[in-house]
Amino acid sequence: MRITQGCFSFLPDLDDEQVSRQVEYILGRDWAVSLEYSYDPHPRNTYWEMWGNPMFDLKDAKGVMMELDECRKAHPEAYIRIQAFDNTRGWETVMMSFIVNRPSTEPKFEMTRMEHESRSQKYGWKPVV
Amino acid sequence: MSQAPQTVDLAAEYEASGVAEVLRELDETLIGLGPVKQRIRETAALLLVDKARRDMGLATETPTLHMSFTGNPGTGKTTVALMMAGLLHRLGYVRKGHLVTVTRDDLVGQYIGHTAPKTKEVLKKAMGGVLFIDEAYYLYKPDNERDYGQEAIEILLQVMENNRDDLVVIMAGYADRMDQFFAANPGFRSRIAHHIDFPDYSDDELLRIARSMLAGQNYSLDAQAEAAMAQYIALRRDQPHFANARSIRNALDRARLRQANRLFSEARGPLDAAALSLITEPDIRASRVFRGGLDVDRPVPAQAAE
Repeated sequence: MRITQGCFSFLPDLDDEQVSRQVEYILGRDWAVSLEYSYDPHPRNTYWEMWGNPMFDLKDAKGVMMELDECRKAHPEAYIRIQAFDNTRGWETVMMSFIVNRPSTEPKFEMTRMEHESRSQKYGWKPVV
Repeated sequence: MSQAPQTVDLAAEYEASGVAEVLRELDETLIGLGPVKQRIRETAALLLVDKARRDMGLATETPTLHMSFTGNPGTGKTTVALMMAGLLHRLGYVRKGHLVTVTRDDLVGQYIGHTAPKTKEVLKKAMGGVLFIDEAYYLYKPDNERDYGQEAIEILLQVMENNRDDLVVIMAGYADRMDQFFAANPGFRSRIAHHIDFPDYSDDELLRIARSMLAGQNYSLDAQAEAAMAQYIALRRDQPHFANARSIRNALDRARLRQANRLFSEARGPLDAAALSLITEPDIRASRVFRGGLDVDRPVPAQAAE
């Protein structure tokens, strides 16, 4: 099942040139770019592994693309996303986040039921490969 | 796809690209450096023609643009590198046109596995611009085969070859040591197309530089101070650690310090702008250069050596 998280996830996957132009947009707004990867795309899993430090002082998207290539080489079967962080006072938050790499087969999620206190039922999502 | 143009008007291209502006700035802001200006003008012409050829579909490969600047300290290598970055940007050979200046410390780490990330970090920052490696020969230490500089050299070579579209590397340093460095690392020699040699400034040029530096800071020299400065330059040149324009800048900084001190101790009553910005003869004459330089650099008297 195609995972839809962050920007552009209902569109076809961006190719490298498109990713690079998105990064140019990010750099143009003086946001810090970072790469993160994860093997667990569960919607509740917000904290992905960091790939290196966030990049604060780049001028050109090529630097990010180099890191992305290396991350893809090391984790070809992981989800990789690019994040843009705005450190302006009052925002101080992630402004943009989009997936740039997906595993060849994506997991499905199925709903599971769980017993809870006083015979109440809880529902949650569980990945099934 | 648009049709490739059949003819090209180089003069119009020259004006439109903004290269003329950079070259004019080069001529106006830099004193002396005739051969360097000539080489840059030639390089600009080559790049302009090359660009026209590419537009017409006659050439497809990006030319090698990596350069080496050789010359003594203080001869304007960094300043010219900055202008070169602007020039390459106007001509469309680098996308952003910023200059990242580094030395060995920024590239080479202190322990195993520290060098590659450091070098890559710098390269990432320099992408789309110009990487200026000052005193590049320090990267290679022939007496220590386990020196981590070698690792940085390998990464640099790889990027200089593979990312020719993204990055231009300029290596700078003393002429003789750069020659040794290139002899020991033939990989660099073959990847660097343009060697530009920076001559030392003449005494007269240094005096003009001194004048323009002061003018930039709204200071001026009176006639006697200017004569003293000319004498200072002639004496300073023969003393150790002479660094051309940088020595002049340092001398002027110290002269400003003495001027401030003099005003502070002598001035009675209010001072006008002219008094605050005039550097006089004693401010320059007080320099140790007139007494043979720093004590440590003075030759040891014969009787003391015995």
